[in-house]
Amino acid sequence: MQEIRNYTMNFGPQHPAAHGVLRLVLEMDGETIVRADPHVGLLHRGTEKLAESKPFNQSIGYMDRLDYVSMMCNEHAYVKAIETLMGIEAPERAQYIRTMFDEITRILNHLMWIGSNALDLGAMAVFLYAFREREELMDVYEAVSGARMHATYYRPGGVYRDLPGKMSQYRESPWHKGNDLKRLNSWREGSMLDYLEAFTADFPSKVDEYEELLTNNRIWKQRTVGIGVISPELAQQWGMTGAMIRGSGVAWDLRKKQPYAKYAEMDFDIPVGVNGDCYDRYLVRVEEMRQSNRIIQQCVKWLKANPGPVMVENFKVAPPRREAMKEDMEALIHHFKLFTEGYGVPAGETYAAVEAPKGEFGCYLVSDGANKPFRVHLRAPGFAHLSSIDPIVSGHMLADVVAMIGTYDLVFGEVDR
Amino acid sequence: MSETQMNSLAERLSARFGDTLKISTVRNEVTAEVAAADLIAVAKALRDESVFSFGEMVDLCGIDYLGYGQTEWDTETVSGTGFSRGVEGEAMGRFKWADRPRDVNQPRRFAAVIHLLSIENNHRLRLRVFCEDDSLPVVPSVTGVWAGSNWFEREAFDLYGIIFEGHPDLRRILTDYGFVGHPFRKDFPLIGNVEVRYDPEQKRVVYEPVSIEPRVLVPRVIRDDADLVQAKAEAADNWREN
Repeated sequence: MQEIRNYTMNFGPQHPAAHGVLRLVLEMDGETIVRADPHVGLLHRGTEKLAESKPFNQSIGYMDRLDYVSMMCNEHAYVKAIETLMGIEAPERAQYIRTMFDEITRILNHLMWIGSNALDLGAMAVFLYAFREREELMDVYEAVSGARMHATYYRPGGVYRDLPGKMSQYRESPWHKGNDLKRLNSWREGSMLDYLEAFTADFPSKVDEYEELLTNNRIWKQRTVGIGVISPELAQQWGMTGAMIRGSGVAWDLRKKQPYAKYAEMDFDIPVGVNGDCYDRYLVRVEEMRQSNRIIQQCVKWLKANPGPVMVENFKVAPPRREAMKEDMEALIHHFKLFTEGYGVPAGETYAAVEAPKGEFGCYLVSDGANKPFRVHLRAPGFAHLSSIDPIVSGHMLADVVAMIGTYDLVFGEVDR
Repeated sequence: MSETQMNSLAERLSARFGDTLKISTVRNEVTAEVAAADLIAVAKALRDESVFSFGEMVDLCGIDYLGYGQTEWDTETVSGTGFSRGVEGEAMGRFKWADRPRDVNQPRRFAAVIHLLSIENNHRLRLRVFCEDDSLPVVPSVTGVWAGSNWFEREAFDLYGIIFEGHPDLRRILTDYGFVGHPFRKDFPLIGNVEVRYDPEQKRVVYEPVSIEPRVLVPRVIRDDADLVQAKAEAADNWREN
């Protein structure tokens, strides 16, 4: 009789389905996985150690680069931790802006996820559709912060500046002209909030388009239904949060259970799955996009009606207005101290968590009273999720590993930190 | 989480565990310090008993208390000679691998910090376990209680050199294959120890001692501002002073 042995296969780190730099060492029995050993850390930059070496505000930009498709949610956790230790609270308008941008970020993330996950499983077109809307939301990021992705927009005590009064418009070019140009600019005549209003009115129909491509798609269902089933007990054992645990039927969402910013005032629903497979998690995330859209609409409505400050008037934390610096000595001193030394954060420790698109993103911050953090630990949802890959994919086929990596919604910026 | 809820958690903890846990509540966050020897028993009880039911281990990280409260800028005295208040810097940005501090003497230097979450009761708890021996920091592994702590413990081992006794697979996780040292320790230089480049002659990637100079742009300062007095009162309540 022929002798059959298990063999070991290397997957990644340079593999299109590895979502960046995941290296998987797979022990195979034919096409079946016996053991999966992920090697991570290829994108490790030591963000937490770097943060210990510089004043608090200078690390906000690093947070964007952790989970680089849900930038502002990461900032939110870090900023929230600093605010908790300092005992300051952002003005109401800033809280609404944060809520709105957290949800814009959630849609951005889920669009990226739906596109790349579908691409991994062989559905090319979804990616193109998803990136069309992603581009529109990136413009909102750019309008408010000047950067399409790495915004550094949230600050302890509020947000960097108020929402802009107008949106940038497309200029005539060989690619954009005539009626096409008029259509592209039709949303961009008014303020950023007008633009978002138009976007949110239109977006549900776009979600319908993605769903039309996938929800009843036979191939999509064959690749996802019954694949990677996670029981609620298993999900808790492995520290899962976000869509990973909601897909298994546990209605756990920090926005509802431990509300922060203005989520307590928002009207939205938490979708949960039934079977805990990849298909259920797909449905959960699609519904989350619709719910995020609802939250954005509510925020836009409030923000239009309620102008006000977006930053605390505490010049130990936030810089004074530039005009004030021209004639007020105090303002000049505050500005100088803030930008050369930063601010001291009272000694203590806190853990601040937000419901990031991928799950619970937490920031454990220890301060000894200095102008730099003593220890920052960032709890990345993807790190906890990926660690569970071995018990989940064992017994599945090789192609299902790709489905599983996709459904984890991994971004190695946050896994490797 | 309301205040009463958190207080009652602290009360329930002290009623159940007595002197085993050292409990403090600051800003509605409950922290419990537990001795390494008691950790596993406490963890199992926290997971299984329905008043606690901490089913999820959300986060585990190492921490190195070397240099806690150290400052690089003298804020007490005023000098008449201009900028001479700089104190000899010791923070990690200021030394190279060869000059790293060797004989550091800091009692209770390393700790593992565990964050727990109960989905049933919607409350959180922070557990802190100090390592007894600084030269060989050991903490029992909680992988048997929460399977998800596996990678978090590997990370703390990798970055801080904390050994988790009973861990099934304690390998490095985030650093490079063949990395030397534990990079998040405070006596590990910020610039690192090696750099890599492709060598066209040898036709492979080579490791060399790091060539950049350590530098610090903003010194570390601790000020006793009036607006921090309130915070100081809170800190007096804190675990370090206990």
